[in-house]
Parts: sequence; structure tokens; C-alpha cells
Amino acid sequence: MDKQVATAEEALADVADGRSFAVGGFGLSGVPEVLIGALYTSGVSDLRVVSNNCGVDGRGLGVLLAAGRIARVTGSYVGDNKEFARQYLGGELEVELIPQGTLAERLRAGGCGIPAFFTPAGVGTQVQEGGLPWRYAPDGSVALASPPKEVRVFDDTEYVLERAITTDYALVRAARGDRHGNLVFHRAARNFNPLAAMAGRITVAEVEELVEPGVLDPDEVHVPGVFVQRVVALTPEQAADKGIEKRTVRE
Amino acid sequence: MSWNRHEMAARAARELRDGDYVNLGIGLPTLVADHLPPDVDVVLHSENGLLGVGPYPAPDEVDADLINAGKETVTVRPGASFFDSSLSFGMIRGGHIDTAVLGALQVSARGDLANWAVPGKMIKGMGGAMDLVHGARRVVVLMEHTAKDGTPKIVEECTLPLTGRACVDRIITDLCVLDVTPWGLELVETAPGVTVSQVVALTPVVLNC
Repeated sequence: MDKQVATAEEALADVADGRSFAVGGFGLSGVPEVLIGALYTSGVSDLRVVSNNCGVDGRGLGVLLAAGRIARVTGSYVGDNKEFARQYLGGELEVELIPQGTLAERLRAGGCGIPAFFTPAGVGTQVQEGGLPWRYAPDGSVALASPPKEVRVFDDTEYVLERAITTDYALVRAARGDRHGNLVFHRAARNFNPLAAMAGRITVAEVEELVEPGVLDPDEVHVPGVFVQRVVALTPEQAADKGIEKRTVRE
Repeated sequence: MSWNRHEMAARAARELRDGDYVNLGIGLPTLVADHLPPDVDVVLHSENGLLGVGPYPAPDEVDADLINAGKETVTVRPGASFFDSSLSFGMIRGGHIDTAVLGALQVSARGDLANWAVPGKMIKGMGGAMDLVHGARRVVVLMEHTAKDGTPKIVEECTLPLTGRACVDRIITDLCVLDVTPWGLELVETAPGVTVSQVVALTPVVLNC
């Protein structure tokens, strides 16, 4: 078994316009930037992306966003991404904002074959009641709003029904991986990567270090290779190129 | 007189008990960690997937793979652990986090919280706030008493999109500490030099003093 593909471009050669992607990472940590770069190079557009954040100007998904390649984003936090806000408020980008824990669980559930689940997050808000603007019209009115979601009471508490997410592809980044697709993450770079990996029908992993099967201790594997279809080994330069959104240090 | 940002954070730090698992929101709540009393040892949770958040790193310790929920570079303390974001929110939803300290745009007299969007203007996204307000056992809001232009932030009904209904337990502002109770907001204490009538004048909600 050898899931290694020589380049990121080759690993994503079958991607067509309009495909959906679960993308790992949080902020700029653990973001599969080389695979995102290959999507940019390939010219595909109208992409539907599921990712907690949408990168920053010039890094991560911000590269695809700035080029107008993303049609829809499901995420939880935009932060101060001005281009994202401009495209969303201007009606160029469809955005489904959902609670971060709901996003994580929707991906996990999708990967686990659980079609839906109940969570307390969002009950009594627009997330549950509907009416969140998904897409604005050019005149600033709401062209498409979120639908209301089912509520059920369990043990005197209200919960909202949330559907699972699966995607055509998942893009993830790991510190180490082997040719079977087993992945190990470094510190807080794990974040959404295992969940994205589970939700994708074709999961492509870029790994900072590729090792032979047997090198990773089975006890330390974070994502078993069954969830990963293609592995791309990064060059040392690519592996070392990591963005920091807020460099905070003590005196 | 009123509490400055560090004094507000110090007041919020007094809400925490030794051994608590605590989630601190982005911005002002993050400062709470710098003001913990020496005899109070808490484990800080970060939504992206870590328990045991430590102080900011020395310049030569900075690691792009080690950030908190505010995307700031951090360190970990002895006893820390890393996990994925699903497990992280399992801890929150499952009631394993003792206290969450969050910022707010508006809080209502019933403890409704709005802190993630101003329609048509600002859309930062809710991040983990909607999960936290229903999952953490105690929810403390730490915010300025009024907006920069003097607009009240403590209101009878929130006009901004809600983060959660009836989810706030205590509000700490630069002027005072308020509890959300079944019979309305209750003034617990005022900042040094701040009078009850000053608080009342800036709070368009009936206060039990």
C-alpha cells in the first residue's frame, strides 16, 4: 500500500469546479497551505469550503478567497478578515456561520456515519430560529437566509438538530505521516485536521515529514490511515513555512 | 474612578477557584490569566484543542503550531494536553469546564448575551461562544459598562443577534459587578469611587441594589 502522490498538483488533478472541501487548520496553525496553493495554481473555482476560519490576506484560504475562487464558506469565525467581510456583505460570497463546536461535531459526525445530532449551542438564536444571512444581494438586502432548525427537549433542556457534513475532498496538514496515510500532528496544529480528514470522501494530507510504515508507533497515531486517500510529502522549505497570525511574546 | 482593564481582569480572576478548568475569551478576558492570585491554580482551556495554556513564549520559544483560541502564540504548562476541536467542544458541552469568561456587545436583564455580530457592519462570527455559554457551568461576562460612544451595553432586551438566551451568571464591568438572578439584575459591588447612583444612571434596567 502506497498512498503517496508525488506533488500537491497531482494529488488534486481530478478536482473540478464547484467541488466541496473540508479544510483543516485553525487560524494559520495546521493549515494545508501547499494543497491550497495547488488549488490556486490549477485554476478551479466556485469552490465550497468548510473551514473554521478563511485564512488571512495572502495566506491559507485567503489566497483562494482573494482570487474569487470560493463560492461558499461554512465556518465559525471570520475575525478581522476584511476581504471576507467585503465579499460577504457585497453578495459575492455565500457564508454559513455556525458555532465552532457544532462545526467540529458536524464534520466528526459526517465522518462517523451519524447523519445528525442534537446540541444546545445556538438554541434561541438565529442559528436555530433561522434568518441568518447566508447571501446578501448587491443592494445590501438579504438574498438567502438560513432556515429554522428542529428543536427537541431532553431532560428539560432544549437542543437543536444539526446535520452532519461530508465533502468531496478534505485537505489536511500533519507533522508526520506514512505511506498508509497514518497521521501525527504537532501540538495545537491538530485542531480541525482529524475532523476534516474524516469528513472528506477523498482526503489529501500534506505531511511535513513522510516516514515508512512501521516508523510511527501505532499508539501515537492521531488519524488512522483509513481516513486518508492521498499523501503528499512537503519539502523542508514547505514544512518550515508556517504563518503566525499574532506573534505574542513575553518580555 | 472606575476599574481600568487590568483591574477589571483582576476582579474577574477572583471569580476563579483553585483547581478550576477555565476558558478565557479573546481580548480583555485573556488578561485574566495574568491576575490570578498565587494560591489559585487553574487549568486554562483553549477551544482549538489544548488544556494547560501557559504564558506567552520567550522570543526564541515561539512555535507557530502552539497558539490559543485568539491565534496568539503561547506556551503550555506542566500537565498540559492537546486534542482535536471535537473533543475540545465535548469538554465544553459535556459540562467539564467550570467557568467561561467572555466579552459582550450587549447583555440583557435576563442574562441573554449578544457578542458576535452587528448586522450589516461587523461579522466576526460566533466562534465557540455559543457552545461555551450553554456548556460551561458558570458564564462570566467581562466588558466595559457602556460602548465607547456611551451607548448602554446592559439593556432590557438585546437588539443585536443573540449568542445565547438566559446564559450569563455574572457581569463584571469597569464600574461594578452584577449578578443575573431570577428577579433581575442585582448589584453585587461597585468599583472603588463609583457610586450606586452612577451605576444606575448608566444602566437602563431595573437594578436590585
